[in-house]
Amino acid sequence: MSGWSHHTGLAAALASENVDTDQLIPARFMSAPRSEGYGRFLLHDARFDEAGNALDHPLNAAQPTILVTGRNFGSGSSREAAVYALADYGIRAVLAPSFGDIFASNAVNNGLLPGRLDQATHAALMERLGKGPAEIAIDLERLRLACGELDAPFGLDPVWQTKLRNGWDDIDLARQYADEIAAFANARRAAAPWAWPAEEGG
Amino acid sequence: MSTTPRTLFDRLWSAHEIHARGDGASLLWVDRHLVHEGSHHAFRKLAERGLSVAHPELTFGVADHYAPTRNRDRIADPAIRRMIDTLMQNTERHGIRCFGLRDPRQGIVHVVGPEEGITLPGLVINCGDSHTSTHGAFGSIAFGIGATEVAHVLATQTVWQTRPKSMRVTVEGKLGPGVGAKDIALGWIARLGADGARGHAIEYAGSVIRGLSMEGRLTLCNLSIEGGGRFGMIAPDEKTLAYLAGRPFAPRGEAWDRAVEGWRRLASDPDAAFDRDVTIDASEIAPIVTWGTSPEDAAPITANIPDPSQAEPEKAAKIRDALDYMGLAPGRPLEGIPIDQIFIGSCTNARIEDLRRAAAVLAGRRAKVPGMVSPGSMLVKAQAEQEGLDRIFTEAGLDWVDAGCSMCVGMNGDIVAPGKRCASTTNRNFKGRQGRGARTHLMSPAMVAAAAVAGALTDVRPLLAGRVVA
Repeated sequence: MSGWSHHTGLAAALASENVDTDQLIPARFMSAPRSEGYGRFLLHDARFDEAGNALDHPLNAAQPTILVTGRNFGSGSSREAAVYALADYGIRAVLAPSFGDIFASNAVNNGLLPGRLDQATHAALMERLGKGPAEIAIDLERLRLACGELDAPFGLDPVWQTKLRNGWDDIDLARQYADEIAAFANARRAAAPWAWPAEEGG
Repeated sequence: MSTTPRTLFDRLWSAHEIHARGDGASLLWVDRHLVHEGSHHAFRKLAERGLSVAHPELTFGVADHYAPTRNRDRIADPAIRRMIDTLMQNTERHGIRCFGLRDPRQGIVHVVGPEEGITLPGLVINCGDSHTSTHGAFGSIAFGIGATEVAHVLATQTVWQTRPKSMRVTVEGKLGPGVGAKDIALGWIARLGADGARGHAIEYAGSVIRGLSMEGRLTLCNLSIEGGGRFGMIAPDEKTLAYLAGRPFAPRGEAWDRAVEGWRRLASDPDAAFDRDVTIDASEIAPIVTWGTSPEDAAPITANIPDPSQAEPEKAAKIRDALDYMGLAPGRPLEGIPIDQIFIGSCTNARIEDLRRAAAVLAGRRAKVPGMVSPGSMLVKAQAEQEGLDRIFTEAGLDWVDAGCSMCVGMNGDIVAPGKRCASTTNRNFKGRQGRGARTHLMSPAMVAAAAVAGALTDVRPLLAGRVVA
């Protein structure tokens, strides 16, 4: 995964709160291999009718790369497929007052920014985007966004900021601590042998 | 020597911290990793990088999300068959013990873990499923992770985490008849919101929690994530030990004694401080049902549905949207809303006690609507049959089927048809959760049984008069 520090793109508004991961990708699509691309599954049942015809929806009207939405976005299931659907559609950043904890971790693991908005910035962006999609410039180094006249900060855990900018891979990072991990495993096994599953019938 | 008072979570965190990075992220040791069909993305990531599973002996697999609840020997849908076959192949290739469809101990991962003694106090437990918080009922740090993190745990037996804040939910007083763990959970989520515990590790405490059975505690911890809490936990006590003693993978003999000695010291110090404290009076909790499309849209069965015209402007649009999806009129009583079907099952409410509570209501009565009862595991199924509960369900006119996630998530083909209304013991009333256009009302097993008998949402309490409830 490559890191990034600036992105400017078209932003669209999704007015709802609690857009959960079941809405982001309905369960019936999750047996598909990722290689087929998950973009068409994104918010599928809100975007398409039962016959597959496109409905009136902000993600059908334009091809945004930034979403601005309500509180608790990505709540619910741990399905990383919700992030795959956003990423494969072309979304680079979601800006909202708050996110589901597991969704936000998954997002960062795929280079997608979950940027937290304060109430005033959220209201200003929703009002601006209520008139139609507009360009937003995101600066990951300074944690600021610009949209027309508006120039405002957004929130992001410093661990995630570093990770998104560097495009770090956690497995590579953890392997730098391979010796510490091995020593820890040995010490735990000695101090808490019960923490290893008993042999069945033993 | 005086030491800073510590919480259960503090003790568990420090016992598993391998490395604390300067920026706030910690590398934690993972004692148990549970995988299921949905873990295929993670196994593929591993294969792409040529990595092996670091500790297959600490990893267990279960077929649950796509598990058919009928006719297991001939799965018609090739996509479902492929999902289950892929899990079996991946676990076999890496030497991971897996409970497949033919295993008499197969079931939902969050039911099987405790049942087999794979789940223990004092552990860090991960699974690629948000309801992993369930296992915290034993006094563990248990949390759901995404596919990238699943691959990470498979490859390293560790996980990176930023330490969450702490939150204590204390429940005191006395629960009324017909009221249980599900009502406590939906009650606090309705009060604090579906993101009320976001960024926090919840510890449940108080006399009512101590009084709950392990099944009730599992239900409560399970629903932590519906209030935004990735972690929910309860300090181990005598009930925890009694539940675990003799389970297949639990320690035995000297190892058991040594484990118990440590587990008894895990509880939070009495003067330990929490970032947030919430207190609930149990005597004020009535049987609760949801009316909308988020678990926070919950109210006592005796209440009316909110009226958006009476709500604050920022809430009104959300209520209108939910009622539109649910096909419900604003302001009407919850009591008496007609339903089309019921479902009893899921990692939230399909353990033996849940089935007993539903059966206590259904015994000698007929369901007015069709429905399905899917036990949490095949062992729960066997036990229920031994107790004759299956006959109560089938004589009421309900289907008695095999174990799996089933109609909670609809991946195995068990779905609610568009526009149909289902009273369900599950955990999510999200739009489309039980199938496209499905309308879900969440409630306890006893309340679902009552809804079956009435053919409508109804208060279970009158139906319990003169009956013995386990």
